[in-house]
Amino acid sequence: MFLINCPFCGERDQSEFSSGGEAHIVRPKQPTELSDDEWAEYLFMRKNIKGVQFERWNHIHGCRKWFNVVRDTSNDKILSVYKMGEKPPVNYK
Amino acid sequence: MPNYRIHKTEYIDETKRVSFKYDGKTYFGYEGDTLASALLANGIHLVGRSFKYHRPRGIVSCGAEEPNAICQIGSKKDLTEPNVRATELELYEGLEASSQNCWPNVKFDIGGINNFISPLIPAGFYYKTFMWPKSFWKKVYEPLIRLSAGLGKSPTEPDPDIYDHKHVHYDVLVIGGGISGIIAAKMAAKNNLKTLLVDDKKILGGSTIYQNNESIKIDDKLSSEWLKNEIQEIKKLSNLTIKTRTSIAAYHGYNFLLAKENLTDHLPEEKKKNKIRQRLWKIRAKKVVIATGSIERPLVFNNNDRPGILLSNSINKYLDYYGVTCGENIILFTNNDSAYETSISLHKKGIKNIIVDLRKSASSELIKQADSLGIKIYFNHVVTNTFGYRKINSLEIMKLSEDGNTTVGNKIRLSCDCLGMSGGWTPMVHMHTQSGGKLDFRDEDQVFLPKENSEDQISVGSCNGDFDLENIIDKTVNKINKFLDIDNQDYQDTKIICSKENDKRNIWLLPNKIPLGKTKCFIDFQNDSTAKDIKLALKEGFRSIEHVKRYTTTGMATDQGKLSNMHALGIIADTAGVKMGTLGTTTFRPPFTPLTFGTLVGRNVGKFFEVVRKTSIHEWHVENNAEFENVGQWKRPWYYPKNRENMHNAVQRESKAARDSAGILDASTLGKIDIQGSDASEFLNRVYTNAWSKLAIGKCRYGLMLNEDGMVYDDGVTTRISKNHYLMTTTTGGAANVLSKLEDYLQTEWPELDVYLTSVTDHYSTASICGPNSKKILNKLFPNLDLSDENFPHMSFKEEKLENISCRIMRISFTGEQSYEINIESRYGHSLWKMCIEAGKEFNLTPYGTETMHLLRAEKGFIIVGQDTDGTMTPSDLQMDWIVSKKKFDFIGKRSLYRSDTVREDRKQLVGLLTDDPKEILEEGAQIVSDVKSKPIDMLGHVTSSYFSPNLNKSIALAVVRSGKTMKGRKLIIPMENKNINVTVSDTIFLDKENKRLNA
Repeated sequence: MFLINCPFCGERDQSEFSSGGEAHIVRPKQPTELSDDEWAEYLFMRKNIKGVQFERWNHIHGCRKWFNVVRDTSNDKILSVYKMGEKPPVNYK
Repeated sequence: MPNYRIHKTEYIDETKRVSFKYDGKTYFGYEGDTLASALLANGIHLVGRSFKYHRPRGIVSCGAEEPNAICQIGSKKDLTEPNVRATELELYEGLEASSQNCWPNVKFDIGGINNFISPLIPAGFYYKTFMWPKSFWKKVYEPLIRLSAGLGKSPTEPDPDIYDHKHVHYDVLVIGGGISGIIAAKMAAKNNLKTLLVDDKKILGGSTIYQNNESIKIDDKLSSEWLKNEIQEIKKLSNLTIKTRTSIAAYHGYNFLLAKENLTDHLPEEKKKNKIRQRLWKIRAKKVVIATGSIERPLVFNNNDRPGILLSNSINKYLDYYGVTCGENIILFTNNDSAYETSISLHKKGIKNIIVDLRKSASSELIKQADSLGIKIYFNHVVTNTFGYRKINSLEIMKLSEDGNTTVGNKIRLSCDCLGMSGGWTPMVHMHTQSGGKLDFRDEDQVFLPKENSEDQISVGSCNGDFDLENIIDKTVNKINKFLDIDNQDYQDTKIICSKENDKRNIWLLPNKIPLGKTKCFIDFQNDSTAKDIKLALKEGFRSIEHVKRYTTTGMATDQGKLSNMHALGIIADTAGVKMGTLGTTTFRPPFTPLTFGTLVGRNVGKFFEVVRKTSIHEWHVENNAEFENVGQWKRPWYYPKNRENMHNAVQRESKAARDSAGILDASTLGKIDIQGSDASEFLNRVYTNAWSKLAIGKCRYGLMLNEDGMVYDDGVTTRISKNHYLMTTTTGGAANVLSKLEDYLQTEWPELDVYLTSVTDHYSTASICGPNSKKILNKLFPNLDLSDENFPHMSFKEEKLENISCRIMRISFTGEQSYEINIESRYGHSLWKMCIEAGKEFNLTPYGTETMHLLRAEKGFIIVGQDTDGTMTPSDLQMDWIVSKKKFDFIGKRSLYRSDTVREDRKQLVGLLTDDPKEILEEGAQIVSDVKSKPIDMLGHVTSSYFSPNLNKSIALAVVRSGKTMKGRKLIIPMENKNINVTVSDTIFLDKENKRLNA
């Protein structure tokens, strides 16, 4: 059970949050101009990294805000938390 | 009756005699006993039959690792509990226990025949044998296996006991109250850290607490006396909480741990009543100190499983802690020094014993002490066989060869009534590995040790492989100082004398002249796997330890291989010729010892099992005899039976009334989302498939919401209340998810939009009145409202007061009838409903439930998302192309609507079905085919909704069928168990195709 540091509420139990999968996948601005393959890439393809992964989380039973989390999936350590729209911390890339 | 209680100890209260029943017979023990110690005091070793061969088995240990002495407690249908370890169960007056896995009884067990046919039951026997004929499995093999196997009986009625949960936060959690745990807890608490110390036993002190050998001393006191003093000290510390009878069940990430505290299991029946039985502690600790100690290993030799064969250290504990001797003529078989402590203790109490030691020689102070007491020691000898059916009565030993690989010389037969085994010690690394920690292997004494890798947890004492006393104290103190970043000097001058040494001669599978195939060298006592089984698995090509485990079932019983896993690994390593450290271990999974379901669910049982949501009108439904249906967490009226009507008749009556005159539905549960902001229209454009910009204020529109993959996700009517203010409705079950999804897009994809979403589902109650007389009823309720079709047409909205309370009225219809939904603040919902019923009396206004609602909408071919769709239906599949805007640049899911897969013409599409026999009602979920003769039968689709329509006087159904759009008029077949039903594909709208009734 993680302790997640919601950037709006502070450290809370994992049971208050829901995970929203990989972060920084931007919805294409002009979907009509994409080929089936390009659209499928956006729609279905997700990384599943052993190691440092960028994820979206939602404080669903709290402030209901979405935010980003950098997590090492090999040991579940949360390395960084930052708000939507903020740039990912460079030292984990 | 024999009495093996031979001396008094401070842990047994001989003034408090306790009577208990075991296998129907009454015995006596004392307060302080466990069931196991009381049985041993009565001379009872035989406590069960083994799982596969039904061999007689006795008590082996004195703790959580016990594989054999597991019993069924109590006989009441609701309170009986299986698989309770007699070695952990504290004795109480009136305890009723019985042995498991034997029939007709433990002394004569019919399954014992398996022992004689055991060569026919090798590893993987079940996998290999019961494969054919296939038809035999269900009717012959499975019932037989289930009858002869099985460990105990589960209760058949709900558990009446009370369980509790508690959340706590500590700076430091110390797991285990042995010597190292006590030192760690004292150091932490004295340094002002809020500390919790838990131990699974009744009292603190671990195995040191009953240590009484004069050659093991701390500060010139017996180590047990010294520790008692320390325990007195820590009890005075104000910021230390001590929880005994509390065991850690699971160690999760981020130092989140679950502990089970036993509160009443040791109390007699009348004292248990109305008390919390067990409490589950949910602990968050900044730092965790693991001091879980180690358990003694058995030795693997022929017939090492007879009753009367125990772990050597357990014999010692039964003697020095419980005052009970396990025999009168004991042999101790060891590969290390610890059996000598047992031997000397036994000797001091006058119990004759001899030692068989695998080592060629040994010379610690402890051994000299045993020698000087005249205890006979056979060095360099190995036990090769044991005898006695219900209890051991003698054994054979032989000399070991120089390399230890074989035996030499003649057999020596020794008589005995008890055998103690000591194969060295296994550190309990369970907690460390559960938390994600890795292990290292130490070759010199063949143990897996925690590899330190975290700032948040540490292992100390013998669970860290520090076995001798000097090491335990010094290393614990140093490590804790560093770990907690403190500088505690309490133990700097502690003087330690310990006569034990750590050398041992480790042989996993002991040599024997008899071929392995003819021996029974047990590794896992509870699951009956032997060294032979392990070797067979290797021979058959299994290599991974995880595979060998599952194939042989080693370590898979209720004890989870606490005694057996190391030997299995050792034998695999030896046989395969690889280093043990490279093999790895099987995974240590929680719980450490079994938990009851009651403990896990705590108070969340019965009416607290799940949140129940009720509308403000709920009481009226109850008073009016409604049957309820669960929709998500909501209780919704399903139908309202009158005069003992069955469901069918009630629904037929309600459906007819709604179309003939008027019906009323509690629609409060529909999800309601208040949408405001200057970009609200643009937002709706992006989330619904149709266009919203031109919707006039005061008008309503139906919308279909897709997932980004183009599949229908939710639907509902949205009303434009003012320029920048909409009220969206969603399906009852989808409300929370729709809000989440919309929030997700708003916050992450379109943060530039000025839109605010608020869930108002609970804020408004909704009464939906439909039918040809609905307008008249509305007129009675709202006499000042102009209800003409010109002023208040279909799909529009008015705000009007009802006795000064503002109502939002939408003229929208899910039934195809003229229909009004009246929304009012929830606290007035009940009154509104009663006023509607009163106003509708003269028009036979009939309350109807969800079933009638489903029927009425099916007559009109309206879909229910989640019933007629399943996450694979596009709007086009539903024949709803009309709702997808061609002009809009983008909306959620748009691009997916022309992926190659979504434009396939042979997708499953929604159609209507009419049965050739209009009285025949199809089963929802039934498969649809065109030809029943071809093999395999080609499945075309399935029925999604099916009803008997009283308004059409025939059966109607909706279904999804491959290429359904092109099949109108086609004859299809619904094959059922006993017959084939003939149907014809029809339009999805069965009633009033012209929508005349909306304005009738």
